[in-house]
Amino acid sequence: MKEKLVLVGNGMAGMKVIEELQTIAPDKYDITVFGAEPYGNYNRIMLSPLLAGEKTLDDIMLNGEDWYAERGITFHKGREIIEVDRMGKRVFADDGTVEDYDRLLLGTGSHPVVIPVPGHDLPGVLSYRDVKDVDAMFEASRRHRKAVVIGGGLLGLEAAYGLMQQGMEVTVVHLMPWLMERQLDETAGNYLKESLEARGMRFRMQAETSEIVGDDNGIESVRFKDGSEEAADLVVMAVGIRPNKELAKRAGLHCERGVVVSDTMQTFDPSIYAVGECVQHRGTCYGLVAPLFEQARVCANHLAGYGFRLYEGSVTSTKLKVTGVDLFSAGAFQDAEGVENIVYQDPHAGVYKKVCVKDDRIVGTVLYGDTGDGTWYFQLLRDGTSIADFRDSLLFGQAHLGDSGHGGVSQVANLPDDAQICDCNGVCKGDIVQAITREGLFTLDDVKVHTKASASCGSCTGLVEQILAATMGGDYEAAQVKPMCGCTDMSHDQVREAIREGRLTSLRQVFDNLGWKTDDGCEKCRPALNYYLIATWPDEAEDDAQARFVNERMHANIQKDGTFSVVPRIWGGVTTPSQLRSIAEVAEKYEVPTVKITGGQRIDLLGVKKEQLPGVWGDLSDAGFVSGHAYGKALRTVKTCVGSEWCRFGVQDSTTCGIELEKMTWGTWTPHKVKMAASGCPRNCAEASIKDFGVVAIESGWELHVGGNGGVKVRATDVLCRVETIDEVKEYCAAFLQLYREEARYLERTAPWIERVGLSYVRDRVVEDPEDRRALAGRFHASQKQAQEDPWQFYSKNHQDKFEPLKRAG
Amino acid sequence: MQAEQTSRTDWLAVGRLDDIPRLGARVVETAHGPVAVFRNGADEVFALLDRCPHQGGPLSEGMVHGRLVTCPLHQWNIHLDRGEARAPDHGCVPRFQVKQADGELFLNPEPVG
Repeated sequence: MKEKLVLVGNGMAGMKVIEELQTIAPDKYDITVFGAEPYGNYNRIMLSPLLAGEKTLDDIMLNGEDWYAERGITFHKGREIIEVDRMGKRVFADDGTVEDYDRLLLGTGSHPVVIPVPGHDLPGVLSYRDVKDVDAMFEASRRHRKAVVIGGGLLGLEAAYGLMQQGMEVTVVHLMPWLMERQLDETAGNYLKESLEARGMRFRMQAETSEIVGDDNGIESVRFKDGSEEAADLVVMAVGIRPNKELAKRAGLHCERGVVVSDTMQTFDPSIYAVGECVQHRGTCYGLVAPLFEQARVCANHLAGYGFRLYEGSVTSTKLKVTGVDLFSAGAFQDAEGVENIVYQDPHAGVYKKVCVKDDRIVGTVLYGDTGDGTWYFQLLRDGTSIADFRDSLLFGQAHLGDSGHGGVSQVANLPDDAQICDCNGVCKGDIVQAITREGLFTLDDVKVHTKASASCGSCTGLVEQILAATMGGDYEAAQVKPMCGCTDMSHDQVREAIREGRLTSLRQVFDNLGWKTDDGCEKCRPALNYYLIATWPDEAEDDAQARFVNERMHANIQKDGTFSVVPRIWGGVTTPSQLRSIAEVAEKYEVPTVKITGGQRIDLLGVKKEQLPGVWGDLSDAGFVSGHAYGKALRTVKTCVGSEWCRFGVQDSTTCGIELEKMTWGTWTPHKVKMAASGCPRNCAEASIKDFGVVAIESGWELHVGGNGGVKVRATDVLCRVETIDEVKEYCAAFLQLYREEARYLERTAPWIERVGLSYVRDRVVEDPEDRRALAGRFHASQKQAQEDPWQFYSKNHQDKFEPLKRAG
Repeated sequence: MQAEQTSRTDWLAVGRLDDIPRLGARVVETAHGPVAVFRNGADEVFALLDRCPHQGGPLSEGMVHGRLVTCPLHQWNIHLDRGEARAPDHGCVPRFQVKQADGELFLNPEPVG
């Protein structure tokens, strides 16, 4: 017998709980949903585009009625619950329907605030809250010309913009000195006002409404405290929302401004939950979608009986959904003790950026006119990242960290719909916007799955996030603590910590001890877990071949036709005629179709069939080669120039340095691939300044570089320090790599890792603290004992049959 | 199911369950091309043509999880029991019957349907 779950309120928050439950515990409850509105669940944040005529009701529908039917959910539309009998565990609807419950979920949302001035109840005075209001505004705009919107906040301005789009003359009345005073500072508020005025919107600032003048036949004007009047045929009140707590209050649940809930989204009656705009959590009521979704996940987790997630409040950000107006704000941006404002202002271009910093951490930001870096600042704010290392270039944006971005494009707001965003999969801006609105997508992962944008190399991820933010406004939910994958709610860092603390040494232990939702993980978590296990416990954990991506399992790179490529290691790119002869012989003997010089100073044999691999490896092994790990999240190459041995400019023997580095580090498994280089003089012909670890010879020794990248996102290295001897170079290299191995997340290159943790942190551990450095290097060398067993030699002599078909028939 | 039973062909002995790594696959060459025989975590076996419906990638080299295999080329997920791509991707790969008896595996070398 299933338990009965009743949801009161068919809105976005409550329905998100139901959707989550369908995924994590689809058979636990018999579900009944009551909704006062006569529709399925629609995307309320798309009301403004609906009013502006940019979308239709069908466009913004999230779950149509068939959705409920297909899942066996009873849906009572257009029926309002008027009473909860907590003793009898029943709810009563306005049409007499009675429903029993074991668990009750309140998602009653909010009411628009109505200012109780004389005339507030006249026909022609509307609020802006649901589809019914939008319909009424459409209707009014056909018959009338003059509209007054009371409230110059987010909702009021979006309503005003929508009415203007419907051809009305609109005046916005605002009590405060500047617009959106809760989201903007005075400067940005004034920029916004100028820009809206240029579009024809009119304003009355610091005006307090005293009366709405009119009669049953309609409105004449709005009168203000100072005695002045504004003619109007239509008045929209959009001064705010208040939680709809009436039902809860009647049921005797504890309410303050909203229905008070715990961190598990339970009210004072533990069998009754509440989510969304009706709740008050730790003293705060929220009106944006992002926090509601976080609440919904926690609530669903508790309803499913897991109970290991907690809601601890949200930091929210704001964007205005008015086409062509670009503003973004987040966090606290009012002047306060100890807070410093870093400001950029260009009145001619209409650009204003303010980032508020306290103790080297961002606490708030207001951006106007150029909001491309809003999501980046918001991420830094939420992660509490120290900005000390790039404070001087912070306002110029993420692009100035050395990331050359994506075809030079960093602003998507002004791009046309046919601009290609994802250059790997050929996805245009319009496709992404359409998918977001039509499919009701809310997260980057949703967009990846549905459009394939940013699902390949990932270089357009920032652009896709901007499109999400621009399309959804303040409701865009940037990743908070991101779960590793759908198999768990734990983040990479949490899982890693658990592996370390709990001394977990196998995938099975991870799945069992950490409550994995799947029997054997998925393609995303298994390789990550395998890496964390062997990196944390190199002596105890067993490397699980089935948790390896094909390339690492086969020790060769899979190609588009299913054949493989084989790249033997050529130490520092220095070879001999006899080595070259051996490679040539292998290429001829196995009829290798293509032989290519790689970018990393080696030779690639392409088109080798799976069953040929052990033979190819055996012959290369006999000639003295080991695997080049060109296929792995591992040390790839150490690129060198000829250094002081030959070059007339060379100041150190960088070739020897490079070869020694490669001999020390080959075979190590790392969170992502690692490339190194050693140059013989500051001309830097080995291009060490775009490597994960680069060495540049200087007259007095060596300059060490870290965190460079030459691929998807070009990033020049940061200088770590200078040292004098090759032995020191090796010690610093080992320590740096070990820190990266121990602390970066799986599939995170050194460049984003350093941007996340800060160069200062890496310097503290590797440069400033000699003891820590030696300990890190020591752990690196210890793990190398396991890692430096050549897989090619092993598989050329063992298990060769695994490379053959199981059977040949027909 | 009825149709599957009536398309009678000789079952082919292809090897033992233990020849296939758990959560892995091995290939059987047939007249219809390479067929990937998968073994999942619950020791269920499935057989699909070894070509991803997307761009022909060798599914036998993919990662097996639950009743899915992830193609190694572009990470499409294919339902092992149906041969269909997991939504929102679209596509289908020919499926073969495979059965176990005393640890021996038998493949019907004619595709289902």
